[in-house]
Amino acid sequence: MIQVPGCRPPWWRLPRLPAWSVLPLLAGCGDAHLSFLDPQGPIAAAQRQHFWWVIVITLTVVLPVLVLTPLILWRYRYGGHARYRPHWAFSKLADLAIWGIPLVVVAVLGSLTWRSTLALDPYRPLPSDQPPLEVEVVGFDWKWLFIYPEQGIATLDELVIPAGRPISLRLTSASVMQGFFVPALGSQIDVMNRMVTRLHLEADAPGVFPGRNMQYSGREFYRQRFVTRALSADDFAAFTTRAHAQGRAFTPEVLDRLMAQNTHAALARALGGHTEDSHADDGATGDTSGVSDEHTVPATLGALDRAPLHFTRLPSDLFAAIVAHRAPDWDHAIAPRPANPPLSADATPGATP
Amino acid sequence: MNDSTHWLLGRLDASALPFWDALQHPTTKSVVNAVIASGAASLVIIGALVVVFGLTWLRRWGWLWREWLTSPDHKKIGIMFIALALVMLARAVIEAVFMRLQQALGLDGGFLTADHFGQLFTTHGTIMVFFMAMPFLTGIINYVMPLQIGTRDLSFPVMNQISLGLTAAGAALVMISLVLAPFSTGGWTGYPSFTERAANPGAGVDYWIWAVTLSTLSSTLSGINFAVTIYKRRAPGMRWMRLPLFTWTALCTAILMVFAMPPLTVATALLALDRYLDFHLFTADLGGNMMNYINLFWAFGHPEVYILILPAFGIFSEVFSTFAGKTLYGYTALVIATLAIAVLSFTVWLHHFFTMGQSAHINAIFGIATMLIGIPTGVKIYDWMLTLFRGRIRLSVPMIYASGFIMLFVLGGLTGIVLAVPSVDYQVHNTLFLVAHFHNMLIPGLLFGMLAGTNFWFPKAFGFRLEERWGRRAAYAWIVGFMLAFFPLYALGVLGMPRRTVAFFTPAYLPWTLTAMVGAVIILLAMTCLLVQLWVSVRDRHLNAVPIGDPWDGRSLEWAVSSPPPEYNFPVIPEIHGRDAFMLEKERGKAYQVPDEYPDIVLPANSAMGVIVAVTGTAIAFGLTWYQWWLVLLAAGITLAAVITRGFCRDTTRTLPGEEVRRTHLNWLAQVRATVPIDRSQEQSCANRGLPLPPVEGAIQ
Repeated sequence: MIQVPGCRPPWWRLPRLPAWSVLPLLAGCGDAHLSFLDPQGPIAAAQRQHFWWVIVITLTVVLPVLVLTPLILWRYRYGGHARYRPHWAFSKLADLAIWGIPLVVVAVLGSLTWRSTLALDPYRPLPSDQPPLEVEVVGFDWKWLFIYPEQGIATLDELVIPAGRPISLRLTSASVMQGFFVPALGSQIDVMNRMVTRLHLEADAPGVFPGRNMQYSGREFYRQRFVTRALSADDFAAFTTRAHAQGRAFTPEVLDRLMAQNTHAALARALGGHTEDSHADDGATGDTSGVSDEHTVPATLGALDRAPLHFTRLPSDLFAAIVAHRAPDWDHAIAPRPANPPLSADATPGATP
Repeated sequence: MNDSTHWLLGRLDASALPFWDALQHPTTKSVVNAVIASGAASLVIIGALVVVFGLTWLRRWGWLWREWLTSPDHKKIGIMFIALALVMLARAVIEAVFMRLQQALGLDGGFLTADHFGQLFTTHGTIMVFFMAMPFLTGIINYVMPLQIGTRDLSFPVMNQISLGLTAAGAALVMISLVLAPFSTGGWTGYPSFTERAANPGAGVDYWIWAVTLSTLSSTLSGINFAVTIYKRRAPGMRWMRLPLFTWTALCTAILMVFAMPPLTVATALLALDRYLDFHLFTADLGGNMMNYINLFWAFGHPEVYILILPAFGIFSEVFSTFAGKTLYGYTALVIATLAIAVLSFTVWLHHFFTMGQSAHINAIFGIATMLIGIPTGVKIYDWMLTLFRGRIRLSVPMIYASGFIMLFVLGGLTGIVLAVPSVDYQVHNTLFLVAHFHNMLIPGLLFGMLAGTNFWFPKAFGFRLEERWGRRAAYAWIVGFMLAFFPLYALGVLGMPRRTVAFFTPAYLPWTLTAMVGAVIILLAMTCLLVQLWVSVRDRHLNAVPIGDPWDGRSLEWAVSSPPPEYNFPVIPEIHGRDAFMLEKERGKAYQVPDEYPDIVLPANSAMGVIVAVTGTAIAFGLTWYQWWLVLLAAGITLAAVITRGFCRDTTRTLPGEEVRRTHLNWLAQVRATVPIDRSQEQSCANRGLPLPPVEGAIQ
């Protein structure tokens, strides 16, 4: 039985590893939550389990090689006195073992793979007593736009989510193929132009987790990173209110600038304002300033702590228009909606909406 | 650029020079990068000039033309393939060291520009796969396989020349791109839509397309040639289950080449249609879909992995059984496992893109299919261990590589299984974990195999052994260097560091990138040891000569002939009576016999086709890259004319009189009788002239 996020852990669940066990890997990371070995959500936690289980099971065939090869090399060395049988070339028992044991191991791994893959399908909504928060993600060259259709706001390079509530992401690229990834929370998924992929994530508790593009997309690829901030429900509500109040209007000019090849800092400069941190992207660790007063970003996230850009008064069909390569309907901005509407129908990858 | 030069130069202008950008925008970084790029470009030019002047000075042009460039001899073509592979290996290793250095200094910056880094990882991957690994294994199969099956040449010697010509043309194009930059930054996989004209209009991607196209055409032809040769030209009595294991792997590789190379030729051709003629096959709009490219690419890409690894498996099989002085354990199982791997390799391509959004069921099925390949591979590993079991193991250089391989390769297998589980792959895909995994398969798997093969068969090809001490240093340096350079990448991958990133902002990565840098330096040392080994061996070639041709107490037919073998390989085609054909002869005391008669031998005549294709192939590809249409038309016309002319050529063979063959053979046999046979303790001494003591069952050798 594979742990389905939200269910009771099965009996074989690995004991929760003490923090020091990953210390050599994470030395110096502080609370940056770089890896799924330091999981901050149910998906990443399950992935960490699968990771160790696969290694442990596979080691049953790998370890004998690592141990026996040096022993054989030594025992049967030239000049040694062990038995020499130059024509010995077959043993039924040995053959049974070397075909049989890998077969059993692969059978075990296969069943684990089948169940874990279905359980952690990124398209599968997470079980929860709360409705998921819908977020639409657009990968531009070289920044990420996060659209909150229910809240009528959008953020650049900052995915703000309520902790403990599932997030349902619909993703596309306005440029070449990219890979959306928040290691501490869960799976990565490719985002492609004219196509919509889906991903479901959840954060256990408030925190800040780095995310980025994983698929090489040109000159400033290495700077295409974002922060994921998980907030308590109240803080999240406060965030949306503030973004509404302080965010800039999403105008055709903003969309043009987003479509151009540039980095977060260059875009912020071009849109005016927030220029005080414009060299944050050039490597210096700038101060967090401007409207952001949420969780302080750990210094180890380096240049990630730049002032966020928030937008409001979005065209209601912004995401669909970007996917379909058409101009959005600038006359109809999203009105802030109160509650959470039901899940929209699943979009299949490759299908043009 | 004006109209009068445009027809001549196409879109080629001064901005293609590697220092142009630094002249236009001189910043510290652009100047540093210009110095590095110009240094590389001048190395290419100086290297070419040294070769040209050297050949002129030594008056060796005629010799080069007659003895090498136009020779249809499979052995010489094989050696030329390997020489090409070694030159390209040197370049790609240096590029790797630059990448490691960049990432060691890459916290918040480093010294390379993103574009330069992009070209480095693209050329490194493209060269290592298409212009190092492929020519290396093609060269070794070319050299060894006909000797092992007891024939005089491949079925299509001129086609073999053309294969070499096409690969050489592709390699030349990649080298030219150092001088007239840039190369692609799209990685060796060249995924659209990044490689479409909209995102990358420059010449770089076109360089990549045509270099890869030339290489895949070459490999398809090689595959056909090898498969037909093994089907049709085995010596009498060489039944299927008597084939040496290397020949079995060569056959499976050849079949994979025939079926797996065309998908890539098609994929790059379709991408070229997009770029040159405005098709929309892989674009985002007008009905194109880049996922089709990705599927086509990996329909090639995954079998390619086994094209690369199977010949190495064959080499290791020969090495294990020869240096353990023992029959290969589980021959039948090894053959079945090889065939199973070849078939299964076509059923797993989707595991290269689990994250592309297809249904979980499809991912799970491909994940399980991937694990199935682990079964025959695991069987092979254990068969090799059982081959060593109850043997008498000499830990000479090929054996060091083989032992390093067997232990490192299973670790790569372990991480391969990790990657094959889609739910975990979602976490490590496109990270350095993936990079570490495939280097863990290809360096111990492919490269160690090729280096083991070179040390193993070098005395066969050149008549003297490679020096042992420097060989060991190289082997150990490769093993240690590999571990230091790539094990840290596993950690970095688990920490979420993406592949192909020029710089990073996470201090936690730094200790790992620094360790990897140390590993890269040790690999550079290993390369130096290889060079020194070659130098010392050539210097001491008379001391280490093995004219009798069997320095390792070999088992298959190639050891039955002199070193180097005569151009016709066998004075008389041998008759085969069992597996390990030559060992059987030695055991029965029937080695080194005088045949009853020496019939005349018909050999393929020299032909310039390979050279013509190399030159025109380079010209066509260069012209296409820079839009110099006159050059494309001219070179294509010459190629066509040459092919048609060749069709009318009737003097395609020459005959060697049996009398001459008899004289050479009897001379050699006299030398055999005059040579003192040695036991294995003298293997590495100058007493080893290539004649082993006859084997005695149960004797402690």
